[in-house]
Amino acid sequence: MAPIDVLLSSTAALAADVLAAATSAAADAEPAGLLPARQQMALSLGWHIVLACFGVAFPAIIFTMHLIGLRRGNEHALTLAQRWAKVSAVLFAIGAVSGTVLSFEMGLLWPGLMGTFGDVLGLPFAFEGLAFFLEAIFLGIYLYGWGRMPPKQHLLMVVPMAVTGVVGTYCVIAVNAWMNVPTGFRIVDGEVTDIEPWAVLFNPAAFWQFLHMWLAAYMVAGFAIAAVYAVGMLRGRRDARHRLGFTVAMAFASVSAVLQPFVGHLLGGRLAEWQPAKLAAFELATETESPSPLRLGGVLIDGEVRYALDIPYLGSLIARNSFTEPVIGLDEFPADTHPPVNITHLSFQVMVGIGTLLALVAVVYWVMRWRGRELTDHRWFLRFMATGGVLSIVAMEAGWIATEVGRQPWIVQDVMRTPEAAGDNPGLWWLLGATTVVYTAMTIGAIVVLRSMARRWRAGEADLPSPYAPDPAGSEDSGTTSMGTVR
Amino acid sequence: MLETAVAAALFVGVLAYALFGGADFGSGFYDLTAGGSRKGAELRTLVDHSIGPVWEANHVWLVYVLVTWWTAFPESFASAMSTLILPLLLALLGIVLRGASFAFRKYAASLAQARLFGAVFATSSVVTPFFFGTVAGAIASGRVPAEGRGDLWTSWLNPTSAFGGVIAVGTCAFLAGCFLTADAARGGQERLAEQLRRRTIGVGMVTGGIVLAALVPLELDAPTLADGLETQAAPLVVASAVAGVATLVLLWRRRFGLARLTAVAAVAAVVSGWGVGQYPWLLVDEVTIADAAGADATLQALLVAVGIAAVVVLPALAYLYRLTQTEAWSRPEH
Repeated sequence: MAPIDVLLSSTAALAADVLAAATSAAADAEPAGLLPARQQMALSLGWHIVLACFGVAFPAIIFTMHLIGLRRGNEHALTLAQRWAKVSAVLFAIGAVSGTVLSFEMGLLWPGLMGTFGDVLGLPFAFEGLAFFLEAIFLGIYLYGWGRMPPKQHLLMVVPMAVTGVVGTYCVIAVNAWMNVPTGFRIVDGEVTDIEPWAVLFNPAAFWQFLHMWLAAYMVAGFAIAAVYAVGMLRGRRDARHRLGFTVAMAFASVSAVLQPFVGHLLGGRLAEWQPAKLAAFELATETESPSPLRLGGVLIDGEVRYALDIPYLGSLIARNSFTEPVIGLDEFPADTHPPVNITHLSFQVMVGIGTLLALVAVVYWVMRWRGRELTDHRWFLRFMATGGVLSIVAMEAGWIATEVGRQPWIVQDVMRTPEAAGDNPGLWWLLGATTVVYTAMTIGAIVVLRSMARRWRAGEADLPSPYAPDPAGSEDSGTTSMGTVR
Repeated sequence: MLETAVAAALFVGVLAYALFGGADFGSGFYDLTAGGSRKGAELRTLVDHSIGPVWEANHVWLVYVLVTWWTAFPESFASAMSTLILPLLLALLGIVLRGASFAFRKYAASLAQARLFGAVFATSSVVTPFFFGTVAGAIASGRVPAEGRGDLWTSWLNPTSAFGGVIAVGTCAFLAGCFLTADAARGGQERLAEQLRRRTIGVGMVTGGIVLAALVPLELDAPTLADGLETQAAPLVVASAVAGVATLVLLWRRRFGLARLTAVAAVAAVVSGWGVGQYPWLLVDEVTIADAAGADATLQALLVAVGIAAVVVLPALAYLYRLTQTEAWSRPEH
């Protein structure tokens, strides 16, 4: 897990830098709390979202491994399931607290948004809270249930976690989708009226956006876990346990990676209608061209697109499902509604590029395996897979940067600008400094603890007794291992 | 009516967080004062074992409170968050450090690491309730305006907030003491149960004294609340005193199972006394529950969500609590 955490903090920092660049470009008459609020949100959300991926996807992966163990009496699978559960205990704990940070920040950083629209967007959050409640309850039962419950009943305790992961993701994404495609209210004389909370929960953009993020969560967790075992195999640990751990994680990663381009395409197809300026920024379409080319790479410098590779027709084909329909160019939108183009475009293409690469690798791996060639026997493949966790996280963070920066200058598309949502509090810079310190410490703590767990497991320790005293308490009954009492 | 029902649902969350989340925080007090690593090992293991399976679930009550508040009473949420940004951020820091270091300590590789994480866990557990208490004091003494931002410092650095903070720390420690004592006794750790019993009685006497003493300064500093406590909430004040004394007696007579119930009743009465005492104000002297409420459609939808939570979450939560009290779960874990 260690490389993930390193990356996690660096991507979050990168996201913060990128957003900073985005905002300073358009800085005129902003409240003092705007820039620090943006940085703070980028850091804390970018950090939390990686753990949220594990919260959503890890339970189903653990369930599968645990099921293999029980069904086939596979000792290795049971060992892995129990170890993964212990790893998830650490990840979920810091995920839970960093998620709480976000609930506070909604009010602290964006009083204009919450004061005005709190009762519009609140319901999805309420259901998300409900889902999180159940997840936390069954997490406690599952983690502490090893050796204390009948095995089949114990296994079933994972199921609610996997289900609530789906519900929770949907609800949170529904809020974000609502910010992209606001619905369920009217504004009359500057007052928000006619609020329909259920219309917000089931807003038209929510489903596809949810599916996109849900698959992303499985990609991040799957590729990250597979990377851990790829590194192990590179270091010569090619035992059955490493192969099993790799295969199960790779299966989840592969299915989601292969489905993801299709879901992403369907989601993107709606942008022309819902957020045409964001689409223009994604495609770096400065002016309307029919048919639009697909523009690979490229940056906008002084209004000119440079260093881009244009592929004719493909832009129209991918973005509009047509040979002629154009991507509407940015020049058709008022200049003060343009998102920061370069960051949006490049992050979008980083996401698509990495996503496509991962999908291809997944297909190649399973095709070769079906034809009797095991790619994990090749060091080049393991080296690539060792970076898969990092790559999937970069792709996911890049996707969030693309969609969030691409919505600017709006916090609620066409309704509220981001500066209107921020407070007038320059003291937020102190908060950002403190958060950076605390999150860095938390990242280091997680790395140290997770690495030490892996090290002790490699050394053959089955239990990891908490060292509360020079002579660990509870060591006198370490004769019966948890594994022993499970069966 | 609708908004009162939602406010009641919100307050149930506050109450549950104060009781169950509070008991988890309170265990930090005994962890912190357990002594050196050899002497305190048994107690720290018990703390770890007692709150390990439940702390994350109990923590979600806080998320429930925040979400219900901003959904049902959005403007008051925005003004409270901006006025009370400092104590809330300090509480948040405590929450983050507590949760992370608790998980880290459990899987720490060496004694040195466990001591570091343990110190962070215990210290942040003790101080976090204090800041939440100051927030309650700020609202109860009418220092949070209905709109905009109140004073950043005096809103929570005042007599009512100070008492609120100290009472929060005390009640958390008292609850935790009762739970831990019962857990130790059930697990057959007689000596540990005795040690915890003595400390819990001490904590209970001090906290009870402070709660009663607080009624005097409240007269001057938070007249609206004090008035409510003397009228509509008076039965709760009496109930908290009776249940508190009963808990001390039960602890004295080593009836630990029953003492847990009376302790919960005592603290629930103290917290409800605040809620009932300041009714119908949401932010005392500034905005009432009725005036602060958001759209009716949202309140109705929120009640649906609360209803679903009652049907789905509460049985699951009860199942978790029941499991932790069974013989199999009382064994030391691996």
